[in-house]
Amino acid sequence: MVQKIYPDAARALEGLTFDGMTLAAGGFGLCGIPETLIAALVETGARDITAISNNAGVDDFGLGKLLRTRQIRKMISSYVGENKEFERQYLAGELEIEFCPQGTLAERMRAGGAGIAGFYTRTGVGTMIAEGKETKVFDGETYLLETGLVADVAIVKAWKGDPFGNLVFRKSARNFNPMAATCGRVTIAEVEEIVEAGALEPDQIHCPGVFVQRLILATSNEKRIEQRTVTKEPG
Amino acid sequence: MPWTRDEMAALAARELRDGFYVNLGIGIPTLVANHIAPGVDVTLQSENGMLGLGPFPREDRVDADIINAGKQTISELDRTSYVSSADSFGMIRGGHIQLSVLGAMEVAQTGDLANWMVPGKMVKGPGGAMDLVAGVRRIIVLMDHVDKAGTPKFRKTCTLPLTGTNVVDMIITNLAVFQRPDRQSPFALTALAPGITADEVRQKTEAHYLDEVSR
Repeated sequence: MVQKIYPDAARALEGLTFDGMTLAAGGFGLCGIPETLIAALVETGARDITAISNNAGVDDFGLGKLLRTRQIRKMISSYVGENKEFERQYLAGELEIEFCPQGTLAERMRAGGAGIAGFYTRTGVGTMIAEGKETKVFDGETYLLETGLVADVAIVKAWKGDPFGNLVFRKSARNFNPMAATCGRVTIAEVEEIVEAGALEPDQIHCPGVFVQRLILATSNEKRIEQRTVTKEPG
Repeated sequence: MPWTRDEMAALAARELRDGFYVNLGIGIPTLVANHIAPGVDVTLQSENGMLGLGPFPREDRVDADIINAGKQTISELDRTSYVSSADSFGMIRGGHIQLSVLGAMEVAQTGDLANWMVPGKMVKGPGGAMDLVAGVRRIIVLMDHVDKAGTPKFRKTCTLPLTGTNVVDMIITNLAVFQRPDRQSPFALTALAPGITADEVRQKTEAHYLDEVSR
């Protein structure tokens, strides 16, 4: 059996990173981000990365770590607030950004992973997002052609994974992770817990192992909270 | 007296119907959840992949893996389900969400919406707003009637980059309510905040609209 479990993040990334690489990362805000693999990517020193990720992390966490070391040249994202270093680099012209509506981004990753070169969506019609893109009318409505995305490497965070690379995500930490996993030529998953073969219920697997080539036990599960909102009412 | 943010949210909450699936935007729209009438059962959707949002959790039940699209910690309900971002936007784009309440910088009389960028300022990105306005069946906008400089926000055409064209169905400002029965019709003024006159609204609005209040 092919050994998918690697001893740590550095070894899981071995032979995969290079200057100018395209990287897809799961996560929404700081929720469900592959913290361990991002930290290890800093150590690889790979530069001029194009990062496909809904957000850009914060200054010292998430993809913010790779921005701080200036390893990212371009971001394909839907929303990049909450990151001062990002703002500085962008305004200084050091960083390129391709804004992509959030649902379109999810679908572009899904399409890329599913072998679909492009798809038509109503999202963004008549806006700046549509500039330079082909449109087509279906049933009297105008749609925009968006292309699928494929990454050299995809990194995802899951809750549980087994030796076959089958993954189960946890609650809203699922978000972009399943699509990111499908759109990587090589996908590395970091999981909070590695379980034995057969321990995951086959009917409950969110991402089957065919999409995951390498798997590690996450050593960083900080799960930083951006907006801690609570109630005092008994519940 | 102009409506408060909570009163604006309460007006939007009156538009919710039993059984609706609803997406509330970040900011004032979030307050709509506090004003849902008893007997009206709605399921709130959050575009990061949660259907059936509960209230903020107790301190001892905060879970970093349960957040809404505003990245706020929230709680589950007995109806809650989680999906991927692709499936979540499938619900939105596919027309399965009946209503969305959003904030706005400008709305045009044609229903165009601008709420994602101001040229010359740092652009944070559209997030899910463009998908929501393109896919959700009915869009209600909550916004101040004029901006900080006193410039009308309900205009003939938007001056800011658009989020979507001909997508707004109802506008609730701190001074007035405008709505239209369908997206081919013009907006009509249908309500005024207490003490606000139709003349004042006319002065503070650039858009053309029908007046169903003063008739």
